[in-house]
Amino acid sequence: VTVTLTTAGPLPSLDDAEATYDVVVVGAGVVGAAVARELARYRLRTALVDASDDIGNATSKANTAILHTGFDAVPGSLEARLVREGRDLLAAYAAEAGIPVERVGALLVAWDEDQLAALPGLRDKAERNGYHASRIIGADELRAREPHLGPGALGALDVPDESIICPWTTPLAFATQAVRAGVHLHLNCRVRDITPDADGHTLTTSRGPLRTRHLVNAAGLHADEIDRLLGHDVFTVTPRRGQLLVLDKLARPLVGHILLPVPGPAGKGVLVAPTVFGNVLLGPTAEDLDDKTATGSTADGIRLLREKGRRIVPGLLDEEVTAVYAGLRAATGQEDYRIQEYPGLRYVAVGGIRSTGLTASMAIGRHVMGLLTAVGLDPGEPHELPPLTMPNLGEAFPRPYRDAALIAADPAYGTLVCHCEQVTLGEIRDALTSTIPPHSPDGLRRRTRARGGRCQGFYCGAAVRALFEEERP
Amino acid sequence: VTGQPREVDVLIVGAGPAGLAAGAELAAADAGRVEILEREQEAGGIPRHCHHGGFGGRLERSAYAWASAAGSAYARKGTTGPDFARRGVAAAVAAGAALRTGVTVTGWAGPRTVETTGPAGPEQITARAVILATGARERPRSARLIPGTRPPGVYTTGELQQAVHLYGLRIGTRAVVVGDEPVGHAAVATLRAAGVHVVAVVTDRTAPALRLRSPRVPLLTGTTVTELTGRRRLSGVALRHHDGRTTTLRCDTVVLTGDFVPDHELARRGGIVLDPGTRGPAYDAAYRTSHPGVFAVGNLLHAVERAGYAAQEGRAVAVPVLHRLAGTEEAAGAGRRLVVDAPLRWIAPNVAGPDGARPVGDRFVLRTGRRLPRPLLVVSQDGRELHRQRLLSTAVPGRPFTLGAEWVDRVDPDGTDVRITAR
Repeated sequence: VTVTLTTAGPLPSLDDAEATYDVVVVGAGVVGAAVARELARYRLRTALVDASDDIGNATSKANTAILHTGFDAVPGSLEARLVREGRDLLAAYAAEAGIPVERVGALLVAWDEDQLAALPGLRDKAERNGYHASRIIGADELRAREPHLGPGALGALDVPDESIICPWTTPLAFATQAVRAGVHLHLNCRVRDITPDADGHTLTTSRGPLRTRHLVNAAGLHADEIDRLLGHDVFTVTPRRGQLLVLDKLARPLVGHILLPVPGPAGKGVLVAPTVFGNVLLGPTAEDLDDKTATGSTADGIRLLREKGRRIVPGLLDEEVTAVYAGLRAATGQEDYRIQEYPGLRYVAVGGIRSTGLTASMAIGRHVMGLLTAVGLDPGEPHELPPLTMPNLGEAFPRPYRDAALIAADPAYGTLVCHCEQVTLGEIRDALTSTIPPHSPDGLRRRTRARGGRCQGFYCGAAVRALFEEERP
Repeated sequence: VTGQPREVDVLIVGAGPAGLAAGAELAAADAGRVEILEREQEAGGIPRHCHHGGFGGRLERSAYAWASAAGSAYARKGTTGPDFARRGVAAAVAAGAALRTGVTVTGWAGPRTVETTGPAGPEQITARAVILATGARERPRSARLIPGTRPPGVYTTGELQQAVHLYGLRIGTRAVVVGDEPVGHAAVATLRAAGVHVVAVVTDRTAPALRLRSPRVPLLTGTTVTELTGRRRLSGVALRHHDGRTTTLRCDTVVLTGDFVPDHELARRGGIVLDPGTRGPAYDAAYRTSHPGVFAVGNLLHAVERAGYAAQEGRAVAVPVLHRLAGTEEAAGAGRRLVVDAPLRWIAPNVAGPDGARPVGDRFVLRTGRRLPRPLLVVSQDGRELHRQRLLSTAVPGRPFTLGAEWVDRVDPDGTDVRITAR
C-alpha cells in the first residue's frame, strides 16, 4: 500500500470515477483519526481531511490528557457507554502501540463540609456507571498519600483506575495506522461547502472539490457549521476555553495522583495532574466564548489558576512554568455527545465530543462504523491492521538516550539535542521522516518533546529549528 | 542501562567559562585525571554565540558577561565571545584536561557518581571531586507568564544569538526587545546583524539605564508586555505603561532578554541545598555545596555575572578542590547561612565558611529588587552588628554591586543566620 498524504495542490480529480471516495471523514482530531482507523480495516476508499497542517491540531492537542474511567459520567448516556467501552479499548491499544499510559489514580479532594457530603453521591454514581473500585478515604489517609496537599483537605473519593495518557501520540498512532493501511490524508484542506446529491456529496474545499459517497463530520469545534451546510440546525458549538499551566518536572514529586475537584454549583473546577512527560498540569479554566479561534491565554486565567493551584498544592508554584496554553472544548449545551446518523444523506454527525473524547475515541470509531452501515455503507469483511509501535514519549518508560544497545547501533540516539527533555538526534530524524511527518516545529515538538522543556529553546531552539528546516525547507 | 563504570579524580560538569577555567587550573596543578563534560557539540558555553566585544577586558567589571552592543565603550576592550570561548577551550586542553563534548550528565548514581549519555553510550563516572558548572539561562515566555497566543517568532537572547550566529536562520522583519539590561542591547545588535528592524526596546524600569542605550531605537520605560498576538506568526506585542496607557506594537519577532535563572536541575536532582535567593546551590567561599566533595562555580551560583568573573571562580575553585583531593580540606557544614532582607534579592557566596575563608576578590556580590541610591549595607548576626558599609553609587536591579568581606571572621559558627540588610 502506498501512503497518500497531501498538504498542498490539487485533490483527486472529480472526473476520475476512481477518485470518488467511499467515505470522507472531516476533521483529523483524535475522534476523526479513530474513525479513519476503524474504516482502514475495510476495503474502502477513505479520506481523512483537516483544515490545519497536522492531525490532532486543535482540541485534541490541548486537553488534560486523562484516560478516564467514566465514573462521573451521566449514567445511561451515550457518553457514559462510549467512555466505558473506549477506556478499555484505548488502554489495550496503548499497551500494544507503545502509547504511554500511567495508572496514577485520581483523588477527588473535598475542601469543605459540602464537598465532603457530596462524596457518597459521587461514589454511588460511579457504581451506576459500572465502576466499582472507588471508595471514600479520610483526611489522614489522604494526607499520607498526598503529603504536599495544601491545608484543609477533609477527605477524598479514591478512583484508582483514572490514568494519564499521551494526548499527542494517540491521534498520531490512529492516523498513522490508517494512512499505512491506505486511507488518504489531506491536510490544509478546509471544507467550505457541501452539495449532497443522489449518489453522495461534493465537498468544496480550500484545495478544490472532493467527491464522496458517505460523509462523517468529526469537525470538533466546527461540527455545527459542517452540519448546517447539510441543512440541519440541531446543535451549536459554543467553544469553552480551558487555560492550563504546565509546571516543570521538578514539580512532579509534589503530586502523586490526579487531584480532581468535587464538582459543585460553580462547575467542574480546576485539577492538578501529572503528565506522562513527567510534568504537572494545572487547569483548566472554563470560559464560554463565541470565538472558535480564541486559543490565547489571559492574565485573568493565569491568575485564577495560580490562586487555585496554590491552595491545592502550595509548593507547585515555586517551580518554573514550562507552558501556558488554552484549548477549546466543543460544548453544545447538552450533557451528552451528539452523534446522529442521517440515512437519506449517507451522513453521520459526530458532535459535542467533550473532554472525554480522547478516552472514548476508539469506541466512537466503532460506533460510527456501525452507523455508517446503517446509512447504507457496505464495508465488506474487516481485516487486521498491521501492528504499530510508536516512539515512546513517556517518562515512565525506557527512552533512547539511556538505551546502550540502541546507541551502539546508531550513535544518533546518544546525541542529545534537546537537553531539558532529553530528546536525541535519532528521535528527531525519525519524526521528520515518519509516515505523517510534522509540518511545523510545534508538530515536531508533539512528536518528540523537542524544545518542550523548561528552557523553551534557550539552549536547543535554534538547533531543532535548523534540523526541521533542513528536512522541510 | 546503567552504563560502564569509570573513575576520575575531578569531574567538571559544563565547559563554559567557569568549567573550562577550573579544568585548566586543576590539570595544570597535576590533580590527576581531570575530565570536563560538555553536553553541547562545542565547548565554550554562552560566549560561543555572543558576537560582541567586552570579554576579558579590564572594563569588564562594569560591562559584565553579556556586554553592550558594538559601538559602546566596552565593546572595544577585551575580545569577542567566540574568541573568549576558543581561548578558554585551548587553555583547558593545553593544560591536560580531558574535554569531552556531546556528553550529557543525566543524573546521579551516588554522592559523587554521575550517569552520562553520549554517542558512545551511557556511562557511570565516579569522581573524587565533582564541580558543577552548568551555568544559567534566560527565563522564557512561559515562565514569565506572558498571556496570549503561542505563535512562532518568540525568542530568548540565547536562542536568537544561536539562530543568527551559529545556524544562520532567518529571523523576521520587525522586532521588539523586552529588557534594557546589557543583554537586551546585545539582542538589538544581533537583530541588526540579521537585518531585522528593531521597533523598540521595552523595559518595566521607570528610569533608563544611564549609559547603555542602543542608538536609534526608541526605549519605552515603565512598560510591561501584557499579551502576544498572532496565529501562524507573531503579529504584535500589547503593552501597558504604568500610567495606564496601552498600545500594541506591530512586529513579527519579540526577544525576551535577561531574567536569568541558574540551570540548577542537576544540583537539585542530587539533593543539593539551594539558596532561596539565587536559586543556585548554597555555597561558601571555597565553592563547597551542601554535599561533601561536590563544588559549584560560575553562573549556576549567581545568575548572572560576567564571563570573566565566572572564569575567575573556576580558577579559584582549584585550591579547595586540591585540598579535598589531598585530604586536607576544612570541615564543611558548620557554615552559617547568609540571608538578605528585601529589597535585596541575593548575596553570593551565601554561606559563611567555618574557616573564615573570603570570597574571590575579597567581595560578596549582591542584587537588589529595587533601585537603592547610596544604600547602607548592614551585616548582623543574632542582633550583633558585624559590619556596615555605605555604597558610593546607586544599586539598581539587574546589576551587580559588592560588599567587602572583612567581617567574615567575626561570624559566630555557633550563632544563627547572618543577615544583610540595606537601608
